[in-house]
Amino acid sequence: MKKIVISNGPLETKKLATLFKANLQKGDVVLLKGEIGAGKSHFARSLIQSAMYIKEEVPSPTFTLVQVYDTTIGSIWHADLYRLNDYSDVIELGLIDAFGEEIVLLEWPERLGYLEPKDSLTIEIIILEGDRREIIFSTTSSEWKPRLDKILKDQ
Amino acid sequence: MDLDKALILGIESSCDDTAASILEINPNGSHIKSSIIRNQFNLHQEYGGVVPEIAARAHVELIDVVVEEALKIANVSIQDVNAIGVTAGPGLIGGVMSGVMFAKGLSASTNKPLIGVNHLAGHALTPRLTDRVNFPYLVLLVSGGHCQFLIVHSHHNYERIGGTIDDAPGEAFDKTARLLGLLQPGGPSIEEAAKTGDEHRFDLPRPLLNREGCDFSFSGLKTALMRKRNDLIEEQGGLFKQDICDLSASFQQAMHDVIVKKSIRAIDLYCEITNENPVFSIAGGVAANKKIRQSLENICKTKKVTFSAPPLALCTDNAAIIAYAAAERFLNDDYDDMTLSARPRWPLDNKKSAILGSGKKGPKA
Repeated sequence: MKKIVISNGPLETKKLATLFKANLQKGDVVLLKGEIGAGKSHFARSLIQSAMYIKEEVPSPTFTLVQVYDTTIGSIWHADLYRLNDYSDVIELGLIDAFGEEIVLLEWPERLGYLEPKDSLTIEIIILEGDRREIIFSTTSSEWKPRLDKILKDQ
Repeated sequence: MDLDKALILGIESSCDDTAASILEINPNGSHIKSSIIRNQFNLHQEYGGVVPEIAARAHVELIDVVVEEALKIANVSIQDVNAIGVTAGPGLIGGVMSGVMFAKGLSASTNKPLIGVNHLAGHALTPRLTDRVNFPYLVLLVSGGHCQFLIVHSHHNYERIGGTIDDAPGEAFDKTARLLGLLQPGGPSIEEAAKTGDEHRFDLPRPLLNREGCDFSFSGLKTALMRKRNDLIEEQGGLFKQDICDLSASFQQAMHDVIVKKSIRAIDLYCEITNENPVFSIAGGVAANKKIRQSLENICKTKKVTFSAPPLALCTDNAAIIAYAAAERFLNDDYDDMTLSARPRWPLDNKKSAILGSGKKGPKA
């Protein structure tokens, strides 16, 4: 299943991320794809900040690899696999223990290899001209369909 | 402290490096007797085989080695040590946990007091280690993962007056270097390439430059640079060496302009808050950038502010600064017990940011 949304700028992406958050639940794994500068962190940051009890900063997890936030929708793991070499490093990181248990937002999920959860949702952000972005939601899991339909209807 | 002098063991494992240090404190100041840093590169050389860069296991395997080496080079035994300081956060959870567990074990078996240190406090207190700067003072902490202005009121009271809302500068340098096909770490590569580059060729944004306050944003700068790069590739089919140098120079200039202008603002804000001129200090790996460092020194001269820039080896991650931060608590008989736990997120200024669920125990320091 595939749904495409066009965002005309960071503010629209932020709204979309907030809408998306309202439909997230424990155990969801969201894979954020797109080249450097596409806005993966911006999407994740907007989502996490909209779920915080008290708004605080959401730094890029590139250096620390994983940042965990306690939010109104449960514990969110924000991870970035950019610096990892391959899936063996992912095992060392303990990230797979969170799959299916917590909400996981994962940047650079290409490094997951075979560890990629089957029921995850992929959000790919493609740079169009200027600040415009094509945001593609795709998944092989039917479980996401009603939620995605709702998000796109509200949008 | 009733002693003439004390020896503090510092342990640091919050990111990719594993480090240990022996610091001597006496009434005349502090003396680093040893400071050992091992990274993956050394590990490969000595042990052979591939060790995952991020693995907690790598830290576990190295911690006892670096501690032994630190003791040996300082020519002391573990029995001579008066306290054990260890980074308890923020950082990579596996790494921090390895350090904390090791320090707890060592503390239990030797009966030496245990002190959990906030890694950022280690950096923020460095001007006291090197220049014996008195409280309060102003620090700009810029590194791979952090970027913030702090007023250091005491060793357990930090006031954050600004910081990055997205990427840290070190990260922006690394990602830019990658975009331009330069070597990692990005800081030195960009600085080198920028030497023969034209900083005026590309007009890159200075994010938040004219906005009030001392906050930074670097994510948009990286994206803007990528766009210029892509345009060039589209026009020419690739990048010439001069393009890379010019892009590097333009990027460094934008970074420089933002950091310098925000520093001026932070100094002014400090004066407003405390009614006196600060000692201004810089810590973190980005302090290595000569252009940025030189300009910060210049603005301090103009503003008649004392500039304290620790030597580079103490600006990047090391265990001597962790030992020093532990020493400040040791002097106040302020110790942790066996409930000390690793805290992956641990803001220094906990008045500004709520700490939610990031460890059961609040910061003692």
